Amino acid sequence: MSENKNEKLKNITEKEDVLLNVKNLQVSFDTYGGEVKAVRGVNFKLDKGETLAVVGESGCGKSVTAQSIMQLIPMPPGRIKSGEVWLDGRDLLKYSDKEMEKVRGKEISMIFQDPMTSLNPTMKVGKQIMEALIKHQNMSKSEAKDKAVEMLKLVGLPNPERRAEQYAHEYSGGMRQRAMIAIALSCNPKLLIADEPTTALDVTIQAQIMDLMADLQKKLDTAIILITHDLGVVADVAKKIAVMYAGVIIEYGTYKDIFYNPKHPYTWGLLLSVPRLDVKKDLRLVPIEGTPPDLIAPPKGCPFAARCENAMKICKEKMPEEIKVNGSEEGEHFARCWLYHDLAPKVDNPVTKRRAKLNE
Amino acid sequence: MADMNLRKEDFEVVGKDLKSSEEIVRKSLTYWQDAWMRLKSNRVALVALSIIILMVGMAVFAPMMTEYSYDEQNYDVISQPPNSEHWFGTDELGRDLFARSWQGARTSLFVAFVATIINVTIGVIYGGISGYFGGKTDIVMMRIIEIIYSIPRLLWVILLLVVMKPGIKPIIIAIAITGWGGMARVVRGQVLQLKQMEFVLAAKTLGADTGRILLKHLIPNTMGPIIINLTFQVPSAVFTEAFLSYLGLGIPAPAASWGSLAQSGTKMILLYPHMLLFPAALISIFMLAFNLLGDGLRDALDPRLRA
Amino acid sequence: MCKKSGGALMLKYTVKRFGIAIFTLIIIITITFFLMHAIPGDPFQQSRRIPEEILENMKVKYGLDEPLIVQYFKYLGNVLRGDLGDSMYYRGRSVNTILADSFAVSGKLGLMSITVGAGLGIFFGIVAALNRNKFFDYFVIVLAVIGVSVPNFVFATTFQYIFASKLGWFPVSRWGTWQQAVLPVTALGFAYIAYIARMMRTSMLDVINQDYIKTAKAKGLSGTQILWKHTIRNAILPIVTILGVAVAGIVVGSLVIENIFGIPGMGKYFVQSIKQNDYTMIMGTTIFYAIILIAMMFLIDVVYGLVDPRIRLD
Repeated sequence: MSENKNEKLKNITEKEDVLLNVKNLQVSFDTYGGEVKAVRGVNFKLDKGETLAVVGESGCGKSVTAQSIMQLIPMPPGRIKSGEVWLDGRDLLKYSDKEMEKVRGKEISMIFQDPMTSLNPTMKVGKQIMEALIKHQNMSKSEAKDKAVEMLKLVGLPNPERRAEQYAHEYSGGMRQRAMIAIALSCNPKLLIADEPTTALDVTIQAQIMDLMADLQKKLDTAIILITHDLGVVADVAKKIAVMYAGVIIEYGTYKDIFYNPKHPYTWGLLLSVPRLDVKKDLRLVPIEGTPPDLIAPPKGCPFAARCENAMKICKEKMPEEIKVNGSEEGEHFARCWLYHDLAPKVDNPVTKRRAKLNE
Repeated sequence: MADMNLRKEDFEVVGKDLKSSEEIVRKSLTYWQDAWMRLKSNRVALVALSIIILMVGMAVFAPMMTEYSYDEQNYDVISQPPNSEHWFGTDELGRDLFARSWQGARTSLFVAFVATIINVTIGVIYGGISGYFGGKTDIVMMRIIEIIYSIPRLLWVILLLVVMKPGIKPIIIAIAITGWGGMARVVRGQVLQLKQMEFVLAAKTLGADTGRILLKHLIPNTMGPIIINLTFQVPSAVFTEAFLSYLGLGIPAPAASWGSLAQSGTKMILLYPHMLLFPAALISIFMLAFNLLGDGLRDALDPRLRA
Repeated sequence: MCKKSGGALMLKYTVKRFGIAIFTLIIIITITFFLMHAIPGDPFQQSRRIPEEILENMKVKYGLDEPLIVQYFKYLGNVLRGDLGDSMYYRGRSVNTILADSFAVSGKLGLMSITVGAGLGIFFGIVAALNRNKFFDYFVIVLAVIGVSVPNFVFATTFQYIFASKLGWFPVSRWGTWQQAVLPVTALGFAYIAYIARMMRTSMLDVINQDYIKTAKAKGLSGTQILWKHTIRNAILPIVTILGVAVAGIVVGSLVIENIFGIPGMGKYFVQSIKQNDYTMIMGTTIFYAIILIAMMFLIDVVYGLVDPRIRLD
């Protein structure tokens, strides 16, 4: 038992503020068609109280990454091939399921995409909040009930005492997501993972929920990992952004880095294809041609090579390493791209080019 | 950043290669091709189908395969266990059980198939009307089914037979006019769904193609559940007939049906179990095969319903 | 909106289902009556076994000389008062007494069968779902298919032959001791163990894949807590509705099981009354069956409303 402890405490020499440190996470699924390599080497850090947005299209591995942190992936088809997930000095991937029960809901919480189906239809909403409180905070039933009502109030639900006695089908979509947030934050976790929390909601409700999350983060000092495919949602909220593609993070930096000085051709593609209201009419949207690779047989080189006009011979042969690029002062900015290797030719940055043109 | 022998040439620009990124594109299949492929790969369902075909074939040809007729009594060979002369043995009146079993198959299968066809027809029409007209008509029609279904089908069949007196025609009628409720509900559900699609289509097109589109959507969408339901109706009909004949309320002696054979066999079970064994086995295998086929068809035609 | 809305909704729902139940029953009584009177030869008039005085009483009671519609209302009136008439075969015995005696037997048999059927069925279904693709799962699937395909009289006679005749573990027939109950209950319940196990397994697998189970896990609840409070609690809902079908099936099954095992229950009397052309008995038994089944459906509707809060909005 003490050996285990030593292993888990290895990383105490890390910077004080770092809450979560994910190292080389690789997760696969064994299916009838073969091994689907969903996550192929993901690295990122998250500080206390900070928000990280993980952006990428469907199938890029962002949800799997998030769920692997909490060991929520069903392990028969799923398999964590390698990696370490350091939370506050312990490697969570080495925890047994029983040990994880103490972490889930208490130190890390998660909310999911579809609030319609994420709540138990036959259990009162208040009770669903109480469950976490009773399990982790050792509260009595009446204490937990009071706290549950308090949480519903905190997330902005009017008439919280009555709402606690209702069932999920008596709530609207936005209210359900608020209830989910109440459940997630009830035990004051250090980290909240929000997996596409607003995708299933109306646009106006989306804004409300994002505001609520930002507000609560300030109040409770919770770090947030926000997973989304929508760059628009990210802009106001995230301090750091990780762009994922085909199971790897292809660019990582602060929001300033990503929006104003993106380096990876995929990021360029994303930014160039976002419609903008503030620009004159003849700005063409440039979609990214092609489709992401099938993760049963991912290419051995850079997964974006086939769709990249700057692709080089090396791009097809070897997966690029994470290369540090001109970062902002606030932290690291890296891109997984051979273009930033010393031997690579210089390439124009179409995003900065377009901005320059627009400013004329 | 430990470099391993990277040279300047490696960094030569080659650009996009979209063909390889769209490599794995599967041939697109129609609904029926897809379903047939799925069914073909379901070995259990295929075995079940072959058993059914075999049994139907035997029902048609087997009575001609032996020289004994099903009602020929021979007091010299009563109650014999299976042997080379009488493959299934004989009954207490010396009749060849092989011939009787397959003659019984003819009766039971005839009743089951005919009753099912009538049954299915009623169900499809009833459900179609209910779904097509919708509104109050639909509510009333569905309520009627609910009321009828508050008593089990077998009780209705028994009551009808009390009125009509036992016989082949009455049994077919009784089985046919009960038990269409399930099919009616299924078809009604499908039609209600399709009606919505129709409005979308009407909005989109000028109406010229609506007929053909309806046909192209209507048939694939309803045929699936109809076929599945039909497949499960057959064993239900076989069971109903067997059950009734077993109780003596169905096909009367000396006509052979699987149920009546099972009944005679039960009387002698303590001494001559083979007399019950063969009809019971035939009923069970037939129903089993149809249920497995039905499961297979359900998996093939509507994988969403897969258990 | 008042706080009591939950209770009020439930009451409204219950009243509605009750009304439907009564309406259905009356329709069934009507159909049964007119069906029986459609029998060619009008047996109610001409049964030679009935002595003069009794025939006279019947004429008065049922209005046998009067138009059919009058007879109908007289009969309906009697039924609503609880009087199902007298047996045409067993002179002097009322349908009610025969039914009461035989129901005491069939009721026990049916109750035991449904308890065993549902209990084992639910248990097998849960275990199968939790052991997906392993031995127990395949075992349950095979059992389910066999149980639904092999007719219950085949089971009954086979069990009787093997376990009573050959092995002598249980008595062959009759009713009264618990040993005499084992084989008939198993034979009757077998199909329902199979059917319910399969449904429960499917339902469990459905629920396990739902998002709210993931939410429960993400809260840090233990596997057992999730299983009981979330998975089973939701998976069992569809089974409640199936119980109605199961009870109907057991009623039907009892017709043949009671015959095979010589059990003096309603099923045996019903089949007998058909062969004896005892039409009042046939009608009476049918109506009694209808009452049992409709009452059962009503109860199940109410229980389902209690258990699934979404239904009450209906």
